[in-house]
Amino acid sequence: MEPLDEELTQAELELPADPMIVNMGPAHPAMHGTVRTVVELTGEVIVKADVQVGYLHRGFEKMCERGTWTQVYPYVDRCNYISPMLNNVGFSLACEKMLGIEVPERCQWYRMALGELARLSDHLTCDGAMAMELGAFTPFLWMIKAREMIWDIMEEETGARLTHSFGRVGGMAAPPTEGFKETTRATVDQILKVIEEVERLLLGNRIFLDRLEGVGVVPADEAISLGWTGPCLRASGVPYDIRKAHPYLRYGDVEFDVPVGQTGDCFDRFMVRIEELKQCARIIEQCLTRMPDSGPVNVDDPRVVLPPKNDVYTTIEGTIRHFKIVMEGLKIPAGETYAYTEAGNGELGFYLVSDGSGTPYRVRIRPPCFLTTSGLERVITGLMVADVVPCFGSLNMIGGECDR
Amino acid sequence: MAKALVELLKQSFPAAVLETHAQHGDETLVLDPASWHEVAAFLKSSPAADMNMLMDLTAVDFPDREPRFEIVAHFYSLAKGHRLRLKARVGDPEGKHVRIASLTDLWGSANWMERECWDMFGVVFEGHPDLRRILLYPEFEGHPLRKDYAADKIQPLVEYRDVPATDKVAPFRSDEGMSFGRQTHDHVPSADAPDPEIFPEPAN
Repeated sequence: MEPLDEELTQAELELPADPMIVNMGPAHPAMHGTVRTVVELTGEVIVKADVQVGYLHRGFEKMCERGTWTQVYPYVDRCNYISPMLNNVGFSLACEKMLGIEVPERCQWYRMALGELARLSDHLTCDGAMAMELGAFTPFLWMIKAREMIWDIMEEETGARLTHSFGRVGGMAAPPTEGFKETTRATVDQILKVIEEVERLLLGNRIFLDRLEGVGVVPADEAISLGWTGPCLRASGVPYDIRKAHPYLRYGDVEFDVPVGQTGDCFDRFMVRIEELKQCARIIEQCLTRMPDSGPVNVDDPRVVLPPKNDVYTTIEGTIRHFKIVMEGLKIPAGETYAYTEAGNGELGFYLVSDGSGTPYRVRIRPPCFLTTSGLERVITGLMVADVVPCFGSLNMIGGECDR
Repeated sequence: MAKALVELLKQSFPAAVLETHAQHGDETLVLDPASWHEVAAFLKSSPAADMNMLMDLTAVDFPDREPRFEIVAHFYSLAKGHRLRLKARVGDPEGKHVRIASLTDLWGSANWMERECWDMFGVVFEGHPDLRRILLYPEFEGHPLRKDYAADKIQPLVEYRDVPATDKVAPFRSDEGMSFGRQTHDHVPSADAPDPEIFPEPAN
């Protein structure tokens, strides 16, 4: 067959190949969280990407310098708002490191159990959202329902579903409730069933696998250089988990495995989280078995812990102690420290500087997902536009934590 | 653990290490800012240190001190499992000449953390390929985590609405809502006070 228009040369028939700038976000339905990605496209391939964060910046580090040490808790709650308990525990441990105190055994197990429940909620949300953004809506709903069960426990224990502000320097705001162990065991069993069902739904799904496998590969050396920690680093094959490498609380006494990925693609990041869910369940079971049913939760240290309410109302010493801690704030000796814990997204570090007054001089929060998000640019360059969605989802960027 | 490393650095860079301490078990070296990059490169390449991660990089403002800013970096070695904190003091009391070498050529993580440090403290990282604001918008003036930046200062990108019939229009003005006045900050210069023309004193 002859060409329709013989005068046109081949070069003229080609589509214009000028790069096109596409702006994804800050509010994009397939990108949870407020982040703006400006991508330069040639055809469908991303040749250049600029990831812009900061849309959720609320100046927490500045605000922390205006109150007492205890008044920092509501801010750390709102950093990673899908696993706030881990932030609470991390900040408590940082303050306690500066004070040189250790909480009683019961509190340590309690913190671990609540923290692992928060980690369950974190990973369930991440994996669920990732599936949803790729079109699998059912697993998302099931996982969010499972998360809801965790938040029911949290509500029972702390009084708040989401922003608990439950940690305290030197203990917790309240001891475990009576039914804590029983409810948690029942809930974790149900969550494990949900995970099994989700695995059956997704891992046999060709479309889901094709969009994840081999997409967004990050080799180990690059992940290390980018400062990645947590599930994203482990997916690249580096078995760095602070709970194993530098055990805090009682993590040295419990048995659990650290899942690692092989290639560091989106699928590995998804699967590392799925495996960690199961490990969380193991840790929770051990915490519940070993947590004493009675005993103090707070340290016996009048400098930092509020006196029992009855003493406040009946004795002058109690009243004064209460007044001093609430009005002046607990005093942390002058100095500096860097304390780190394994949060949902990796190493959550607190670099605290105290001048010895009741107000923090500087609270630096080292957000794990600030650094994972900084790698997004590198991950998506060279991929197609559609690959941005699974790559971004697998990094689990939490706006509150990234922007603070 | 990292004690041997501190000794090693002291021996390798006798002129650069100004002081050391190990408060709360965190080994810390205070460096001459001129050797910031050199020591960091040594930490990364030396097999005894093997610091393959730059975990954290931030700054602290001490307005009464000279030099005024402390740049604080935390390093971690995955293979050896040890940590080290490096500090360097830069800047004059007016907050000018706050310059230090960038570590972006050694660790990818330095890129965003140095941008944040520039954004929040106004520390210029020499050699950074893309030193833009990261958390705040480009039109923002000043560096909010400096102690002389008033915590209740506001810089709205879009002007507040002026609706006479409504007495409460969000966002609230700087003199409304929760008062943060727990602590007085003597460092706040009067220039940072709200412009009386834009925010007149409430008439009462």
